[in-house]
Amino acid sequence: MKKMTLQTEGDTHVVVTRSFAASPESVYRAHTEPALIQQWMLGPDGWTMPVCISEARPGGRIRYEWSDGNGRGFHLTGEYIDLQPYSHIVHVERMHLPDPTPDNHVDTRFEADRTGTLMTVRMTLPDAKTRAAMLASGMEGGMEASYARLERMLQHS
Amino acid sequence: MNEATRLNAAFAALADPTRRAILARLASGEATVRELAEPFEMTQPAISQHLKVLEDAGLVLTRIEGTKRPRRIAKEGIEAMDEWLAMLRKALEKNYARLDKLLAVMENARRRKGAQR
Repeated sequence: MKKMTLQTEGDTHVVVTRSFAASPESVYRAHTEPALIQQWMLGPDGWTMPVCISEARPGGRIRYEWSDGNGRGFHLTGEYIDLQPYSHIVHVERMHLPDPTPDNHVDTRFEADRTGTLMTVRMTLPDAKTRAAMLASGMEGGMEASYARLERMLQHS
Repeated sequence: MNEATRLNAAFAALADPTRRAILARLASGEATVRELAEPFEMTQPAISQHLKVLEDAGLVLTRIEGTKRPRRIAKEGIEAMDEWLAMLRKALEKNYARLDKLLAVMENARRRKGAQR
Protein backbone atom coordinates (compact mmCIF):
# COMPACT_ATOMS: atom_id res chain seq x y z
CA MET A 1 0.00 0.00 0.00
CA LYS A 2 2.59 2.55 1.13
CA LYS A 3 5.28 0.62 -0.58
CA MET A 4 7.78 2.58 -2.56
CA THR A 5 8.99 1.41 -5.95
CA LEU A 6 12.22 2.44 -7.64
CA GLN A 7 12.71 1.23 -11.17
CA THR A 8 14.81 1.98 -14.19
CA GLU A 9 12.98 2.52 -17.46
CA GLY A 10 14.59 2.44 -20.89
CA ASP A 11 18.18 3.67 -20.98
CA THR A 12 17.84 7.05 -19.29
CA HIS A 13 14.91 7.06 -16.85
CA VAL A 14 14.46 6.27 -13.18
CA VAL A 15 10.89 6.10 -11.90
CA VAL A 16 10.00 6.26 -8.20
CA THR A 17 6.44 5.83 -6.92
CA ARG A 18 5.17 6.18 -3.35
CA SER A 19 1.74 6.53 -1.72
CA PHE A 20 1.01 8.91 1.15
CA ALA A 21 -1.91 8.99 3.58
CA ALA A 22 -2.46 12.70 2.99
CA SER A 23 -4.05 15.08 0.49
CA PRO A 24 -2.21 16.03 -2.72
CA GLU A 25 -2.15 19.60 -1.34
CA SER A 26 -0.12 18.59 1.72
CA VAL A 27 2.26 16.36 -0.26
CA TYR A 28 2.80 19.12 -2.84
CA ARG A 29 3.48 21.71 -0.14
CA ALA A 30 5.93 19.36 1.61
CA HIS A 31 7.86 19.22 -1.69
CA THR A 32 7.91 22.98 -2.39
CA GLU A 33 7.93 24.95 0.92
CA PRO A 34 11.44 25.31 2.42
CA ALA A 35 10.33 25.07 6.07
CA LEU A 36 8.62 21.76 5.28
CA ILE A 37 11.32 20.34 2.97
CA GLN A 38 13.92 20.91 5.72
CA GLN A 39 12.00 18.60 8.03
CA TRP A 40 12.13 15.46 5.93
CA MET A 41 14.46 15.53 2.89
CA LEU A 42 17.50 14.60 4.94
CA GLY A 43 18.81 11.19 3.90
CA PRO A 44 20.67 9.24 6.60
CA ASP A 45 20.10 9.88 10.33
CA GLY A 46 22.11 12.78 11.70
CA TRP A 47 22.12 14.84 8.51
CA THR A 48 20.40 18.23 8.36
CA MET A 49 19.57 20.76 5.66
CA PRO A 50 20.78 24.11 7.01
CA VAL A 51 20.10 25.94 3.72
CA CYS A 52 16.93 25.43 1.70
CA ILE A 53 15.92 27.73 -1.14
CA SER A 54 12.83 26.76 -3.09
CA GLU A 55 11.26 29.48 -5.23
CA ALA A 56 8.16 27.63 -6.38
CA ARG A 57 7.45 29.45 -9.66
CA PRO A 58 8.61 28.85 -13.24
CA GLY A 59 12.28 29.86 -13.41
CA GLY A 60 12.52 29.88 -9.60
CA ARG A 61 15.75 28.73 -7.98
CA ILE A 62 16.31 25.56 -5.98
CA ARG A 63 19.24 25.14 -3.61
CA TYR A 64 19.47 22.46 -0.92
CA GLU A 65 22.56 22.20 1.30
CA TRP A 66 23.07 19.14 3.46
CA SER A 67 25.45 18.78 6.39
CA ASP A 68 26.41 15.83 8.60
CA GLY A 69 27.25 18.22 11.48
CA ASN A 70 30.95 17.26 11.29
CA GLY A 71 32.04 19.48 8.45
CA ARG A 72 30.97 17.12 5.70
CA GLY A 73 28.24 17.98 3.27
CA PHE A 74 27.18 18.58 -0.30
CA HIS A 75 24.58 20.59 -2.11
CA LEU A 76 22.09 20.48 -4.95
CA THR A 77 21.00 23.30 -7.23
CA GLY A 78 18.21 23.48 -9.77
CA GLU A 79 15.45 25.50 -11.38
CA TYR A 80 11.71 25.08 -11.50
CA ILE A 81 10.30 24.83 -15.02
CA ASP A 82 6.58 24.42 -14.43
CA LEU A 83 4.27 24.02 -11.42
CA GLN A 84 0.59 23.10 -11.26
CA PRO A 85 -0.54 23.32 -7.63
CA TYR A 86 -1.18 20.67 -6.22
CA SER A 87 -0.69 18.11 -8.93
CA HIS A 88 2.49 18.54 -10.96
CA ILE A 89 6.06 19.85 -10.61
CA VAL A 90 8.67 19.95 -13.37
CA HIS A 91 12.21 20.95 -12.47
CA VAL A 92 15.87 20.26 -13.24
CA GLU A 93 18.48 19.53 -10.59
CA ARG A 94 22.14 18.64 -10.28
CA MET A 95 24.30 17.52 -7.37
CA HIS A 96 27.59 19.25 -6.54
CA LEU A 97 30.02 16.66 -5.23
CA PRO A 98 31.67 19.22 -5.58
CA ASP A 99 31.74 19.02 -9.40
CA PRO A 100 28.23 19.36 -10.81
CA THR A 101 26.61 16.18 -12.13
CA PRO A 102 24.77 16.37 -15.48
CA ASP A 103 21.24 17.78 -15.22
CA ASN A 104 18.53 15.47 -13.95
CA HIS A 105 15.14 16.44 -15.43
CA VAL A 106 12.48 15.58 -12.85
CA ASP A 107 8.74 15.33 -13.46
CA THR A 108 6.72 14.82 -10.25
CA ARG A 109 2.97 14.09 -10.22
CA PHE A 110 0.62 13.92 -7.25
CA GLU A 111 -2.67 12.15 -7.84
CA ALA A 112 -5.46 11.70 -5.32
CA ASP A 113 -6.27 8.04 -4.78
CA ARG A 114 -8.59 6.22 -2.37
CA THR A 115 -6.21 6.37 0.58
CA GLY A 116 -4.53 9.71 -0.09
CA THR A 117 -1.98 10.59 -2.73
CA LEU A 118 0.01 8.59 -5.22
CA MET A 119 3.26 10.30 -6.15
CA THR A 120 5.13 9.41 -9.34
CA VAL A 121 8.62 10.86 -9.84
CA ARG A 122 10.04 10.37 -13.30
CA MET A 123 13.70 11.33 -13.69
CA THR A 124 15.36 11.68 -17.07
CA LEU A 125 19.14 11.67 -17.28
CA PRO A 126 21.05 12.79 -20.40
CA ASP A 127 22.39 9.30 -21.12
CA ALA A 128 22.69 5.76 -19.81
CA LYS A 129 26.16 6.39 -18.35
CA THR A 130 24.96 9.32 -16.26
CA ARG A 131 22.06 7.27 -14.96
CA ALA A 132 24.43 4.46 -14.02
CA ALA A 133 26.66 6.89 -12.15
CA MET A 134 23.67 8.42 -10.35
CA LEU A 135 22.38 5.05 -9.18
CA ALA A 136 25.86 4.01 -8.08
CA SER A 137 26.70 7.27 -6.25
CA GLY A 138 23.57 7.07 -4.09
CA MET A 139 25.81 4.52 -2.40
CA GLU A 140 27.47 7.11 -0.18
CA GLY A 141 24.21 8.02 1.54
CA GLY A 142 23.15 4.41 1.90
CA MET A 143 26.52 3.27 3.19
CA GLU A 144 26.66 6.17 5.64
CA ALA A 145 23.33 5.09 7.12
CA SER A 146 24.42 1.48 7.49
CA TYR A 147 27.71 2.44 9.13
CA ALA A 148 25.81 4.67 11.56
CA ARG A 149 23.50 1.77 12.39
CA LEU A 150 26.49 -0.53 12.89
CA GLU A 151 28.08 1.99 15.24
CA ARG A 152 24.94 2.17 17.35
CA MET A 153 24.70 -1.59 17.48
CA LEU A 154 28.33 -1.87 18.62
CA GLN A 155 27.82 0.79 21.29
CA HIS A 156 24.84 -1.07 22.70
CA SER A 157 26.40 -4.51 22.69
CA MET B 1 38.58 -3.11 -6.62
CA ASN B 2 36.46 -2.03 -3.66
CA GLU B 3 32.71 -2.53 -3.53
CA ALA B 4 31.79 1.01 -4.62
CA THR B 5 34.18 0.90 -7.58
CA ARG B 6 32.87 -2.49 -8.61
CA LEU B 7 29.26 -1.32 -8.41
CA ASN B 8 30.14 1.72 -10.52
CA ALA B 9 31.67 -0.61 -13.09
CA ALA B 10 28.64 -2.91 -12.94
CA PHE B 11 26.09 -0.14 -13.51
CA ALA B 12 28.25 1.37 -16.25
CA ALA B 13 28.58 -2.07 -17.91
CA LEU B 14 24.80 -2.39 -17.98
CA ALA B 15 24.41 1.02 -19.61
CA ASP B 16 25.05 -0.68 -22.98
CA PRO B 17 22.13 -2.49 -24.68
CA THR B 18 24.37 -5.15 -26.29
CA ARG B 19 25.90 -6.03 -22.92
CA ARG B 20 22.43 -6.27 -21.36
CA ALA B 21 21.42 -8.62 -24.18
CA ILE B 22 24.57 -10.73 -23.63
CA LEU B 23 23.75 -11.01 -19.93
CA ALA B 24 20.15 -11.95 -20.74
CA ARG B 25 21.47 -14.69 -23.04
CA LEU B 26 23.90 -15.95 -20.35
CA ALA B 27 21.08 -16.00 -17.81
CA SER B 28 19.70 -18.99 -19.71
CA GLY B 29 23.02 -20.85 -19.60
CA GLU B 30 26.71 -20.87 -20.50
CA ALA B 31 27.85 -19.81 -23.95
CA THR B 32 31.12 -19.44 -25.84
CA VAL B 33 32.16 -16.28 -27.66
CA ARG B 34 31.30 -17.97 -30.98
CA GLU B 35 27.83 -18.92 -29.74
CA LEU B 36 27.28 -15.37 -28.49
CA ALA B 37 28.52 -13.74 -31.72
CA GLU B 38 25.92 -15.50 -33.91
CA PRO B 39 22.59 -14.08 -32.68
CA PHE B 40 24.08 -10.60 -32.19
CA GLU B 41 25.54 -10.50 -35.72
CA MET B 42 28.76 -9.16 -34.29
CA THR B 43 32.35 -10.17 -34.80
CA GLN B 44 33.92 -12.37 -32.14
CA PRO B 45 36.47 -9.67 -31.15
CA ALA B 46 33.59 -7.22 -30.63
CA ILE B 47 31.77 -9.73 -28.40
CA SER B 48 35.03 -10.46 -26.54
CA GLN B 49 35.42 -6.75 -25.87
CA HIS B 50 31.93 -6.56 -24.34
CA LEU B 51 32.59 -9.73 -22.32
CA LYS B 52 35.77 -8.20 -20.94
CA VAL B 53 33.82 -5.17 -19.68
CA LEU B 54 31.23 -7.46 -18.08
CA GLU B 55 33.95 -9.63 -16.56
CA ASP B 56 35.85 -6.63 -15.14
CA ALA B 57 32.59 -5.47 -13.58
CA GLY B 58 32.19 -8.84 -11.86
CA LEU B 59 29.08 -9.78 -13.84
CA VAL B 60 30.48 -12.61 -15.97
CA LEU B 61 32.85 -15.53 -15.24
CA THR B 62 34.97 -17.63 -17.58
CA ARG B 63 35.41 -21.38 -17.28
CA ILE B 64 38.32 -23.15 -18.95
CA GLU B 65 37.41 -26.41 -20.61
CA GLY B 66 40.15 -27.69 -22.91
CA THR B 67 40.43 -25.13 -25.67
CA LYS B 68 36.97 -23.73 -24.96
CA ARG B 69 36.26 -20.72 -22.74
CA PRO B 70 32.55 -20.84 -21.95
CA ARG B 71 31.20 -17.75 -20.14
CA ARG B 72 28.53 -17.75 -17.48
CA ILE B 73 26.70 -15.17 -15.43
CA ALA B 74 28.33 -14.24 -12.07
CA LYS B 75 25.53 -14.58 -9.56
CA GLU B 76 27.42 -12.64 -6.85
CA GLY B 77 27.86 -9.62 -9.10
CA ILE B 78 24.16 -9.52 -9.99
CA GLU B 79 23.20 -9.98 -6.34
CA ALA B 80 25.48 -7.10 -5.30
CA MET B 81 23.64 -4.78 -7.71
CA ASP B 82 20.33 -6.03 -6.41
CA GLU B 83 21.38 -5.44 -2.80
CA TRP B 84 22.58 -1.99 -3.71
CA LEU B 85 19.26 -1.05 -5.31
CA ALA B 86 17.49 -2.40 -2.21
CA MET B 87 19.70 -0.19 -0.04
CA LEU B 88 18.97 2.84 -2.21
CA ARG B 89 15.25 2.13 -1.84
CA LYS B 90 15.75 1.94 1.93
CA ALA B 91 17.58 5.29 2.13
CA LEU B 92 14.81 6.94 0.10
CA GLU B 93 12.22 5.16 2.19
CA LYS B 94 13.75 6.72 5.30
CA ASN B 95 13.06 10.18 3.85
CA TYR B 96 9.51 9.19 3.01
CA ALA B 97 8.90 7.74 6.48
CA ARG B 98 9.83 11.17 7.85
CA LEU B 99 7.54 12.79 5.29
CA ASP B 100 4.67 10.50 6.44
CA LYS B 101 5.02 11.90 9.97
CA LEU B 102 5.15 15.50 8.74
CA LEU B 103 2.08 14.94 6.55
CA ALA B 104 0.14 13.52 9.50
CA VAL B 105 0.81 16.78 11.39
CA MET B 106 -0.16 18.87 8.35
CA GLU B 107 -3.38 16.90 7.81
CA ASN B 108 -4.35 17.35 11.47
CA ALA B 109 -3.79 21.11 11.20
CA ARG B 110 -5.90 21.19 8.04
CA ARG B 111 -8.74 19.32 9.73
CA ARG B 112 -8.67 21.64 12.75
CA LYS B 113 -8.74 24.67 10.47
CA GLY B 114 -11.64 23.14 8.55
CA ALA B 115 -13.57 22.52 11.80
CA GLN B 116 -13.15 26.15 12.87
CA ARG B 117 -14.80 27.46 9.72
